[in-house]
Amino acid sequence: MSSNKKYWKSVEELNENSSIVETLRNNEFVEQIPTDEFLSNESLSSSSTTRRDFLKYVGFTTAAASLAACEGPVHKSIPYVVQPDTIIPGVADFYATSMFDGFDFANLLVKTREGRPIKIENNTIEGAKFAANARVHASVLSLYDSMRLTSPKVDSKSATWNEVDAKVKASLADAKASGKQVVLLTNTLASPSTEKLISDFISKNPTAKHVVYDAVSESAALDAFESVYGERALVDYDFSKANIIVSIDADFLGDWQGGGFDKGYAQGRIPQAGKMSKHFQFEANMTLSGAAADKRVPMTIANQKLALVKIYNIITGASVSTGKIENEAEVVKAASQLKSAGSKGLLVSGIQDKNAQLLVIAINQVLKSEALLTAGARLIRKGSNEKVAQLISDMNAGLVHTLIMSGVNPVYTLANSKSFVSGLKKVKTSVAFSLKEDETAELTTIAAATPHYLESWNDLMLTKGTYSLVQPTIRPLFNTKQFQESLMSWNGVAGNYYDYIKANSASYISGSSWNKVLHDGVFVSGVSTLAGGTADYNGAASALSQSKPAQGFELVLYTKVGLGDGQQANNPWLQEFPDPITRVSWDNYVTVSQFDANKLKLENKIVANGGLNGSYATLTVNGVKLENVPVIVQPGQAKGTLGLALGYGKKAALKEEMQVGVNAYALYNNFNNVQSANITKGDGEHEFACVQSQKTLMGRGDIVRETTLEIFNTAKDSREWNPVPMVSLDHKEVEATKVDLWESFDRSTGHHFNLSIDLNACTGCGACVIACHAENNVPVVGKSEVRRSRDMHWLRIDRYYSSEDTFVGDNKKKEEFDGLFGDKGSLGGFGQMESPADNPQVAFQPVMCQHCNHAPCETVCPVAATSHGRQGQNQMAYNRCVGTRYCANNCPYKVRRFNWFLYNNNSEFDFHMNDDLGRMVVNPDVNVRSRGVMEKCSMCIQMTQKTILDAKREGREIKDGEFQTACSNACSSGAMIFGDVNDKESKVAELLEDKRMYHLLEHVGTKPNVIYHVKVRNT
Amino acid sequence: MKKVGNHSSISRIYSFGLALMLTISLSSFAQEPAAPAATATPAAAPAAAAPAATAGGDAVKGKELFNANCAACHNLDRKMTGPALRGVAAKYDMPWLYKWINNSSALIKSGDAKAVKIYEEYNKSVMTAFPQLSTTDIDNIIAYTSEPKAEPVVSAAPPGTSTSVNEGISNNVILGALALVMLMLVVMLFLVNNVLTKIAKSNGIEASAKQPTMPIWKAFAKNQFLVLVSAIFLLLASGYFVYGFLMQVGVDQDYAPVQPIHYSHRIHAGSNGIDCKYCHSSARVSKHAGIPSLNVCMNCHKNIAEVSDTTATEEYSKAFYDKEIQKLYKAVGWDQSTQKYTGKTEPVKWVRIHNLPDFAYFNHSQHVTVAGIECQKCHGEVQTYEIQKQFAPLTMGWCIDCHRKTDVKMEGNAYYDKIHKELSKKYGVDKLTAAQMGGLECGKCHY
Repeated sequence: MSSNKKYWKSVEELNENSSIVETLRNNEFVEQIPTDEFLSNESLSSSSTTRRDFLKYVGFTTAAASLAACEGPVHKSIPYVVQPDTIIPGVADFYATSMFDGFDFANLLVKTREGRPIKIENNTIEGAKFAANARVHASVLSLYDSMRLTSPKVDSKSATWNEVDAKVKASLADAKASGKQVVLLTNTLASPSTEKLISDFISKNPTAKHVVYDAVSESAALDAFESVYGERALVDYDFSKANIIVSIDADFLGDWQGGGFDKGYAQGRIPQAGKMSKHFQFEANMTLSGAAADKRVPMTIANQKLALVKIYNIITGASVSTGKIENEAEVVKAASQLKSAGSKGLLVSGIQDKNAQLLVIAINQVLKSEALLTAGARLIRKGSNEKVAQLISDMNAGLVHTLIMSGVNPVYTLANSKSFVSGLKKVKTSVAFSLKEDETAELTTIAAATPHYLESWNDLMLTKGTYSLVQPTIRPLFNTKQFQESLMSWNGVAGNYYDYIKANSASYISGSSWNKVLHDGVFVSGVSTLAGGTADYNGAASALSQSKPAQGFELVLYTKVGLGDGQQANNPWLQEFPDPITRVSWDNYVTVSQFDANKLKLENKIVANGGLNGSYATLTVNGVKLENVPVIVQPGQAKGTLGLALGYGKKAALKEEMQVGVNAYALYNNFNNVQSANITKGDGEHEFACVQSQKTLMGRGDIVRETTLEIFNTAKDSREWNPVPMVSLDHKEVEATKVDLWESFDRSTGHHFNLSIDLNACTGCGACVIACHAENNVPVVGKSEVRRSRDMHWLRIDRYYSSEDTFVGDNKKKEEFDGLFGDKGSLGGFGQMESPADNPQVAFQPVMCQHCNHAPCETVCPVAATSHGRQGQNQMAYNRCVGTRYCANNCPYKVRRFNWFLYNNNSEFDFHMNDDLGRMVVNPDVNVRSRGVMEKCSMCIQMTQKTILDAKREGREIKDGEFQTACSNACSSGAMIFGDVNDKESKVAELLEDKRMYHLLEHVGTKPNVIYHVKVRNT
Repeated sequence: MKKVGNHSSISRIYSFGLALMLTISLSSFAQEPAAPAATATPAAAPAAAAPAATAGGDAVKGKELFNANCAACHNLDRKMTGPALRGVAAKYDMPWLYKWINNSSALIKSGDAKAVKIYEEYNKSVMTAFPQLSTTDIDNIIAYTSEPKAEPVVSAAPPGTSTSVNEGISNNVILGALALVMLMLVVMLFLVNNVLTKIAKSNGIEASAKQPTMPIWKAFAKNQFLVLVSAIFLLLASGYFVYGFLMQVGVDQDYAPVQPIHYSHRIHAGSNGIDCKYCHSSARVSKHAGIPSLNVCMNCHKNIAEVSDTTATEEYSKAFYDKEIQKLYKAVGWDQSTQKYTGKTEPVKWVRIHNLPDFAYFNHSQHVTVAGIECQKCHGEVQTYEIQKQFAPLTMGWCIDCHRKTDVKMEGNAYYDKIHKELSKKYGVDKLTAAQMGGLECGKCHY
């Protein structure tokens, strides 16, 4: 049917006389297209190439290019011209070294391949007592930081070292002539040779002085130690000697007084012959130590001070009045147990108050605590708050002519950074020796590029009586010079720093040789114990009892396991490392107790995409406002206290992705970690990258099995506290371990690997997580991907809170559910169990692929990409994987990780794998996975295979302890033991038979090769 | 970067085939002139040497002695660690030479001007003393060094090339003649046919007219069975070839790229019998066999600056090889005239031949040291390769096949004692293959 409707093309058609309508009727365009403009180009018309020819050319070149692209690439192989005889391509070399960066310290073995360090391991030689923590394990990546300072800069322009030296020497001469101050501002050095160079420097420059500055101060403890023992040091407590440990806000499993106490602590935590140590923790923030404690009491710092005085009264019989103390009963209980333990007792405290630290020494002296008396002295903190304050006022008064800094970043780490900056402007010449062009180096006249510790020579005296050497494991990557080398050239000392240390070392290594000490990495010259000493303890006690409590909230500043003092903020491994307690990565935040959060209307919630959101808060301390601080509601946080981690909020020399968090140093007034703060709710919500949204176990006691020492000792049958799950078979209850859908293979031949994890010894420190990253080339995915639950950690450490006061209470509550409704109804009951208690018990559980003998993942893989080896490993062939993710869905442990993207060579993921320098850390023995494949823990098959091959080549049997995984190697607390269970003499075979042994989700019947040991609490 | 194609391109195969044909056809001629020339050279030498021998030594014995004692540092015509020795008798008198050779350092100590001069000239390196050489021995050696330089024998020079070129032309002529004959035959046939038809026509015999029959392709198309069968056959055949084509994608068997230095395994491992693991030493302990660093080359090539005449082949002349050695010197920074390293080095960028993908882990030491497998098993008869190529396909099937068939060498290795006992009981065999040891598990090579 035709229609007479007229369709209007434009309103113009309404106008009958419009010329435009008329033109458009005949032409496509109203106006002539100005083709002449380009057709008039003379050269075009004279061209012999016709349009057709042009198309032919295009066609042929495209075809030729695509044909050429079909050819495989040509790989070049470039051998050495002269091969160093210590390097065999493909064989790793290990060098013993030590590290100390002013905050962390450890005795290490550095694994190098073809001359580049790729992994940090613990030096296990006798005398090397400090194991690497997560940050030290990650420090190898900081060597390959693309944001490092590559050459010295004078006035922000690249310069040569000769120019730098000339400028500094001229400045020193000028200072000498004018009689003005020359100040060396360094971190704690703990290096005899460096200290000697500095004292030489001071004698050469009479106006010079040395100021030691620790970003995170331990000044109170140092002052107390100094007044008792007469030198500036810290006590190197031996926790393995203590049966009763009372800690008052000392996170000794974290960074308290440098950390590194976990090994000794864990020794006493494994029940042996019915005995284990007992640990009381009084603290404000929830810390690793609090999580490990048998009895944890949340307490404000003000109360802790009184509690300390109370304990002092009870132990020494003094009678300093304390007034009312919260939870006094617990304090008294701890004190009386401590007293009865006598020399087997130990009290430690992290209260930043000299009087409190004096009381700690006093109490331990009265107890005759072995942990104190046999301890040596740590020399890893020497900073003095007064001297730093004095320096800043001197600078502002214009008294400082030349300021030379090394290893410090005061512009970032000082609370009164503004006055430091204004003082810096009055300093004529300022030099910052730094790895990066950080906040301080940006402002100084000279930014002197220093090498990383893996490129440097040094000697260290971490504790009295030990001498460690730091040796380079790679040639300096950049045009850098050590602070010490510069000091030598300013002092007019010839030679290099290596010769200088070597010459100096003779007095420290008597009875050994330089080569031997260099090989071992450490030399123990003698055991030093603390001599007697005393101070006015009673005076300290009464002063402490009268110290003023904070106004408003107590803000307790702390350092996180991930970033510590913030030196390695540009390290993606550490940024992505989830905090052991909150399980949040890529952030710092203020922790608030549930009680205070309710009052302030602060909240955390899980949003639709599974991510965690939190309110923003504004913190005000002493007039300084910190806005938009994200809030985490922290179970166990003492009411009236707030926690905030230092080390975040850095901006200079950081990739954009790493510029996360807020700078808590701005609130670190007078180097006091406790500040009076006000907190108000801010606008908006913060999006966290939290890897664990569930908080409690919901009474599923078979995941983390826990019992008390009392039950453990008195129960006749271990099944009472370590029950075997039962299932119904033919309507009869039978043990789940006896039922099997599959026929088992004979696994008695050859090796059969098992990994044992003792939940009693695990402190949640996370060293294993980073070691796994380094060994297995685990990619970093970034904050937004972690938020989407796409984190790639092969090994995670789950953290659970109890919903009742104890986990045992949770189990009981669940068992007693009766019906859906009512008091004991499961409907409401499970809802209650989702939220943790105000002061919950905490348990850590490292979970990686369980390498099930009857693996659910293997049966569902459509392409047989995951299969089982007879050595017990569940193997993953990446090149075979097509990415269906069935395996991940079928895995009851949720340990499989999918590569949603290409994480290397991809600018969308601008982390270390995106630049040539960062990729130098990649382990050449492990494949770098591509997009679209599943990956997971391989039980470090490359390491077990290497051990086997070494034995075959040498024609010998393998001894127990030779088989290791990256995580078991990194675990200094002895929580992770790896080995061959077919070797009946091995430790792991013994652990497999232990009565505390259980498998995770045993009722599923997967028969895992990872075993756990029931956590026993000494309540 | 593009991959450099195999050298066995079609044209090469073609020319090689032609050459092969020619050599076979001409072998009877080529052999004959060469043989007398070869025997003639040594025969001529003593004759020529006799007048030159000043001290009346025996040059043949001298040559033996020279090669045994002196050749490590001296050459007749070229400066090496020590000076070139041809005509040394003309420069120094015999008694001096006796003293020098028997104990040069004593001579230097005595302050002999000539001795000190040589000592200074050669970087103060002391010549090994040869007290065991008697004066007659030395006379013999000097006699050898006094021989005049053998002129290259023109008549004996590359007999193969010249003759083959000549014969090649004549061969072409024969081929041409044959083609001509063929053409003539065809033409003749055509003519005969024409003549016959004409005769038949003239005789009135009509060639029977062709019945209009169905063309064969139409008949074929009509027969559905035949169509079906041939379609299936064609599909199967094309499937076979497509599969074959796809399966060789990424398999670079016989890949023999042009290398920056023409390194001949034939000369090193073949003629000179150098052990593979002398240069590829890390194969014993490492996952990589390792390309030897240049200092390893210089262990020998410090003294070997040119190849011997017998090393040269028809394809590669002596001059060609000598030029390649010069490339090594350039790369390692060796100044031949001063016999010193200049310090200017430029690493050699070899083209990697065996490229395993990243996801496959292979360890040389496992196979070389533990299993004791000959290198040739996977790399072919390397000692015959002029140009190194990839011998094995390096596919997973190839690996697996060997793991299935090969017995693990367990004797005398304490690691295997227990597992061998258990496994041999389990499988009821005395020898165990790598597969029975678990050598087929994915995770053993892919991680």
